[in-house]
Amino acid sequence: MKIKEIAQIIDAKIVTGEDKIEREIKYGFASDLMSDVLTLDEEEIILITGLCNVQTIRTAEMANIGVILFARNKKPNEEMLELAQDNDMIILQTKNSLFRTVGLLFKAGLNPVY
Amino acid sequence: MHFEYNIIESDFANAGKASSEIKKTMKQLNIDAQKIKRMVVAVYEAEVNAIAHAFGGTIFVDIDSEKICVLIKDSGPGIENIELAMQKGYSTASAKVREMGFGAGMGLPNIKNNVDDLDIKSEVGVGTEIKMVVNFI
Repeated sequence: MKIKEIAQIIDAKIVTGEDKIEREIKYGFASDLMSDVLTLDEEEIILITGLCNVQTIRTAEMANIGVILFARNKKPNEEMLELAQDNDMIILQTKNSLFRTVGLLFKAGLNPVY
Repeated sequence: MHFEYNIIESDFANAGKASSEIKKTMKQLNIDAQKIKRMVVAVYEAEVNAIAHAFGGTIFVDIDSEKICVLIKDSGPGIENIELAMQKGYSTASAKVREMGFGAGMGLPNIKNNVDDLDIKSEVGVGTEIKMVVNFI
C-alpha cells in the first residue's frame, strides 16, 4: 500500500517526508512498547504508535523502519522531526485512536507482520 | 578500529546516540545490513538499560574484518540476579523508562537474540559489564 493511500484512509497529516508518499509499505505494526518493535525482522513497515518521544524515532532508526504514524493526535516535536529527517523517514499524524487507525488500515488491506 | 562513548546516568534525551553513531560507522564500512541491524538493536537496548539503571559508564567499540565487539561497562549498582534479569518480562525499570517505551523486561532477551556472543558480568555495588559480539563471517 502506498503512503499516500494510507494517509487518505485514516485522514492523516504528512508531517515530514511529503516527497516520499509514493513509497510502498508491506506491513503495519502497532505498539507503544519499543522493545517489541525491536524484535521485528521485517523492514517495509509502518509503525503505528501513540508513544511520541525521541525514542520512537530512535527505535525506528535502529529497526530500519522508514514510516511512523502517530495516532491519538500525538504531535512530534522539533527534535523528533529533525532526527526523522536525518534518517529520511516519513512521519504521519492522525486524530484517530490507535484502534480506529489500525482497524481502518486492516480493512483496507494492509497486512499485519504476524 | 576502536572508539568509545560515555554514558551519563538518566540522560534519556541522548539514549540511542551512540547506537546511531555505531550504525553509521558500520554502514560506511559496507557491513551486511542484517548484521548491522542485529548489532545496533542489541547496542540500543543495552544503551537504554545503562542510561536507565547505571550510574554512568562507557561504551567500547572494536571492529575488525571478522567481527564487531561492543563492551558496555558501568559503575554500578550491578545486577543482583542475572538469570532473573534475563527472563522475559522481568523488570526493575522506573516509570520514566516505561514512558520512553521500554521497561517491559524485554531488553536482555532482545540482546541475546541478536548477538552471536553475549557475556554479562555483574557485581552488586561495583558495576556491570556486558560484552556483545556479532561475527561478520
